Amino acid sequence: MLEIKNLHASIDGKEILRGINLTVKPGEIHAIMGPNGSGKSTLASVLTGREGYEITQGSISFENHNLLELAPAERAQAGIFLAFQYPVEIPGVSNIYLLKAALNAVRKAHGLTELDAMDFLSLVKEKLNLVEMDQDFLYRAVNEGFSGGEKKRNEILQMAILEPKLAILDETDSGLDIDALKIVSHGVNALRSPDRSMIVITHYQRLLDYIIPDYVHVLSQGRIIKSGGRELAKELEAQGYGWITEKNTDTENKTQ
Amino acid sequence: MSQAALDTLISQEYKYGFVTDIEADTLPCGLNEDVIRLISAKKNEPEFMLNWRLQAFRHWLTMKEPHWSSTHYSPIDYQAISYYSAPKLKNRPKSLAEVDPKLLQTYEKLGIPLHEREILAGVAVDAVFDSVSVATSFKGKLAELGIIFCSFSEAVKEHPELIEKYLGTVVPHTDNFFASLNSAVFTDGSFVYIPKGVRCPMELSTYFRINAANTGQFERTLIIADEGSYVSYLEGCTAPMRDENQLHAAVVELIALDNAEIKYSTVQNWYPGDEEGRGGIFNFVTKRGLCRGIKSKISWTQVETGSAITWKYPSVILEGDYSVGEFYSVALTNHRQQADTGTKMVHIGKNTRSTIISKGIAAGHGQNAYRGLVKILKNATNARNYTQCDSLLMGEHCGAHTFPYIEVKNKTAQVEHEASTSKISADQLFYCQQRGISTEDAVSMIVNGFCKAVFRELPMEFAVEAQKLLGVSLEGSIG
Repeated sequence: MLEIKNLHASIDGKEILRGINLTVKPGEIHAIMGPNGSGKSTLASVLTGREGYEITQGSISFENHNLLELAPAERAQAGIFLAFQYPVEIPGVSNIYLLKAALNAVRKAHGLTELDAMDFLSLVKEKLNLVEMDQDFLYRAVNEGFSGGEKKRNEILQMAILEPKLAILDETDSGLDIDALKIVSHGVNALRSPDRSMIVITHYQRLLDYIIPDYVHVLSQGRIIKSGGRELAKELEAQGYGWITEKNTDTENKTQ
Repeated sequence: MSQAALDTLISQEYKYGFVTDIEADTLPCGLNEDVIRLISAKKNEPEFMLNWRLQAFRHWLTMKEPHWSSTHYSPIDYQAISYYSAPKLKNRPKSLAEVDPKLLQTYEKLGIPLHEREILAGVAVDAVFDSVSVATSFKGKLAELGIIFCSFSEAVKEHPELIEKYLGTVVPHTDNFFASLNSAVFTDGSFVYIPKGVRCPMELSTYFRINAANTGQFERTLIIADEGSYVSYLEGCTAPMRDENQLHAAVVELIALDNAEIKYSTVQNWYPGDEEGRGGIFNFVTKRGLCRGIKSKISWTQVETGSAITWKYPSVILEGDYSVGEFYSVALTNHRQQADTGTKMVHIGKNTRSTIISKGIAAGHGQNAYRGLVKILKNATNARNYTQCDSLLMGEHCGAHTFPYIEVKNKTAQVEHEASTSKISADQLFYCQQRGISTEDAVSMIVNGFCKAVFRELPMEFAVEAQKLLGVSLEGSIG
């Protein structure tokens, strides 16, 4: 589904990603962990095509298409969804309006007709239950005045409606209390399916108690320095990032 | 409409010899008292009307063209204008094939029916449209309620007593350079009178969209809402209109008596010129409402997207105690457009209230200025004003300017002013794009959100059109 090969990316001439290799197959959940500044959010930005990043080397293929050739909206239409770490506020635009515009844009790209208002509303109502949100949310301006937890639930609501093939959750657990974390995780787990893959970016292992990954990768200084099963997350929790990153620096020094 | 039908339609006008008739009805360029006498005579006006025009003209001769706004344009030669001219058909495009294709694309995007597109683009077609008969039947209904809704010329003939009583009571013939010029030479416009206690059952002018296209260069509108009455009036059209006349200097006067309410909504989308601003219209308008009675209310809502230069300040004079004035405005400037617009709220009566919500959007090389005056006079005890003035910038070459003036002469007044300037953020755009929404749709969505507080004041169908219009007007403004 997704194949990242030797990906190098920089901002303002500064190299952030320095040779990422990652393959994600349908239905798999990959967790990407790492200390601050390791390049986790940059990876999410590069995958979704945010402006300001320069790809200097490497390739990304998504469903056998060259992802780097697609505009951000086309990537979204192709089925890539990013749950933002900091969802932005859009004053005056109601949540339901954005949802409907998004869903219809994606449907249109796939040659489907737009949903009419009734069908759309019943779909949205069903998905609202998933993240335990009131209908009031739909008529408030996008993320305006939302609490941290409400913003993240809203991201999962959008994901539930757009039904992406690949969902990238960027620090979805940050700023959540335990109750909100449970609701969000429940929503995400309900969306697991054999043909939907996820990349879960997180700093803490806590989220991975609720969203159980198939693989865990540790990112440090723009490279994946260790990969393993979910038990790797536990080790990190117990010992911190230090033991791997140091080990990694040691190896690097030795090879040099 | 098929090409064949179109051709038939076009050839029809020659059959009736429409062109020659009209051409004979055009005065040579230039302005003097004889011209004014001629205009008045051609319209069979009563004596008082001619005298009023002449007074205005004599006053105008003593005035200088004002230049205090923050707009820039080359000098206007007032002697090079023909002051009485039926539509000039000679220079008009003969079919849609001769019209700027960009204009046609815009009509298509706005969903304007084909036969209307020809009128709007100024194609020389003389055809009778359904709307005329619609107009007539509605006029009948209005007449049953005692509502007068007719052209200004008709009102001068049929209801001279009302014209004589109210004309110039809000915008006197000495008011300002352009208003004086208008008073001297105006050729037509609209007149509305709502009798006591009558609530006008429909939005006036919705059904007259096409007819309104030909109101001319110096338009005069007078609306009177008698005690306890209500009227909602819509002016303008969302489609960009081509016009031969570069200078437009209209005057609109509104008068609300005790407990009466007037809601006046405008969508102004005159031809803004090409991307370099060539050929665009100068729109210098004087619009003012007088809340004469107690608890009267006047509300202006405007969406300004057209014209090369827009210069106007729909204002309210709050004379009656407890009267209410409102001003809701969206002004958009793209390419080389300039807008200097805002309002004046003059509080004279006690417990008067006013609200100003202004949203300015500047894109391309557009320059957008809000200029507003809130004036609380000595006797206006407990007057209140709330002003909110927001600007949205798109790109690096545009500008937004705010000039709020506040004069308070009564200690009990409460005046609030809030202002903000923002840019469409890259984060907002990316957020929408990441949800699959194209850049242009995302821009349009964000801008419409910014304008929501104003759009919700527009009558429903107008609001929908206005939203579409903003989207179209901003196309290509973000790379």
